[in-house]
Amino acid sequence: MKCFTYTVTNPVGIHARPAGLLVKAAKALDSAVTVECGGKSASAGKLIALMALGIKAGDTVSVTVEGGDEEAGFQAMKQFFQTHL
Amino acid sequence: MKAVNGTAGLNGIAIGPLRLWRRTNAHMVFASDVGPEEELRRFEAAREQAEEQLTALGDKALEKVGQDNAAIFEIHRMLLEDEDYLEAVKSVIKNRGSTAEYAVTAAGERFAAVFSAMEDVYMRARSADVKDVSSRMVDILTGTAQGALHGDEPAILVADDLSPSETIQLDKSKVLGFITRYGSSSSHTAILARTMNIPALMGVDFDDSWDGRMAVLDGVHRQVYLDPDDQLLAQMEVRRWADQERQALLLELKGKPTRTLDGREIRLCANIGTDDDVEQVLRNDAQGIGLFRSEFLYLEEDHCPTEDRQFKAYKKAARAMAGKKVVIRTMDIGADKQAAYFHVEKEKNPALGCRGIRCCLKHRDLFKGQLRAILRASAFGTVAVMFPMIIDIREVREAKALLAECRAELEAEGTAVGPLEVGIMVETPAAVMIADELAQEVEFFSIGTNDLAQYTLAIDRQNPQVVPLADPHHPAVLRMIRETVEAGHRHGCWVGICGELGADQTLSETFLRMGLDELSVAPADVLPLRQYIRGLNLREEP
Repeated sequence: MKCFTYTVTNPVGIHARPAGLLVKAAKALDSAVTVECGGKSASAGKLIALMALGIKAGDTVSVTVEGGDEEAGFQAMKQFFQTHL
Repeated sequence: MKAVNGTAGLNGIAIGPLRLWRRTNAHMVFASDVGPEEELRRFEAAREQAEEQLTALGDKALEKVGQDNAAIFEIHRMLLEDEDYLEAVKSVIKNRGSTAEYAVTAAGERFAAVFSAMEDVYMRARSADVKDVSSRMVDILTGTAQGALHGDEPAILVADDLSPSETIQLDKSKVLGFITRYGSSSSHTAILARTMNIPALMGVDFDDSWDGRMAVLDGVHRQVYLDPDDQLLAQMEVRRWADQERQALLLELKGKPTRTLDGREIRLCANIGTDDDVEQVLRNDAQGIGLFRSEFLYLEEDHCPTEDRQFKAYKKAARAMAGKKVVIRTMDIGADKQAAYFHVEKEKNPALGCRGIRCCLKHRDLFKGQLRAILRASAFGTVAVMFPMIIDIREVREAKALLAECRAELEAEGTAVGPLEVGIMVETPAAVMIADELAQEVEFFSIGTNDLAQYTLAIDRQNPQVVPLADPHHPAVLRMIRETVEAGHRHGCWVGICGELGADQTLSETFLRMGLDELSVAPADVLPLRQYIRGLNLREEP
């Protein structure tokens, strides 16, 4: 299991389009990706649950990558968050 | 003639007959006659059909509103693939023996409610997306055909609500604009209508008697006029015409840099007076908000606005600008703008009295409330703060110390705070004379030309006897501006103009030659100025 934290800078936070992109990126991996924020967590592959976290700009999230090729998944997610969120 | 208000407006003006449209409600039964297996199969078949429809809509949207906006329909498709959604539908079918359409409705309502209950308006608006997908599925499952959105003649559409997928299908030759009872400016429907440039008014209380009546929809002032008289019609025709002119300009200039023929670029931003004006800033494609006057918050009620009220207004602007800079000027109460609760004594000469930063530093508790609100909003976009009426370096240092105090308090409370650029208004001759020192304290200067001219020329802006003498092109004023730019640049500050002079095209070339980094003007002046500057060539001798 590998984990990183990230503070969201995308001004709209993780809603609709950014969430859609994240779901796609997470589903492309063979690891399970979990996003946690403010005591609630959701699988990064589930659009509704992810949007329901209501993550806004300035929120710090922790992202966990588990199973499969963890190292590759970890790098891919880190890259994704830095680029899109 | 009758005028009715709406809560949110978009785009310009539409004039024409009203056409009431109602969504056809699907006829739905709860209990399944065919059993869960068959209902699950029906659900899967409907889902496939819905996905096909959404793909087609996405293609249509791509053509009409571009890739970013077309993504809305991809999100809709993804909702239909969401594991939690599928799980919810299937469990209702299996455990309650219901029809697929009932299960889809129940699941849709459940997830729409999750979003409706959220604190954030953007997230709340997502419930409309869930409902849109859900009613698409129900229509497919029950074979319900919705009535045409358009009639034969062009009309203003009136409906309880329009979904994003209905909006994208609006034919602009038949739909002059639309009026809805529900909906918000954060909805995907509003985003699409904005891009498609369809005038719209939301939050309007209408009734059946409106059908077929003549109306004027004014999306800018958020009003609809029923049975307009000839005078109003004539007035509105003129405005609509001006609007169309500007729209043509917008299409031509949208997204293009404000750059002269020889390659000198300047940032073109807009000035606003309330958070509602943000709509106009976006419409006119300004590159940011160069001056957000915060006084409206202080003048709208007879008591000081709470920190939360202020935070909401600043946050709204920061979010709507989506990363583009929003410069908030702290309260410039005093002079011609008085608030009773400040208990300012009657001054003989208010222009030289307790105003701007002087008033801020005198009412520290109120000032700190504003600074805290601005700092909190900075977590939601790119925000900057500037202090008005500076004459002394000590004022800047005091204001910055208070700002640091507020930041430390918020951090200790665990409240999110973003980075915040700090600048000052340069609007007194004193500030110009010590600009070198001031520039070392801040990151930018914004020149308030109205006051700078008043104080430089010793002409009272409120005194009609001397106002004709006020020549903003006076060499003294222009030299003041030049010196400010040079001093700012010497110390790495960017320098802009946020006064009325910024929009004066006879000075644009002078300003560009001086090296100004930004002009911030009224939203309606942004595009004409961009067009003008794009035609200039600084290599040619003046």
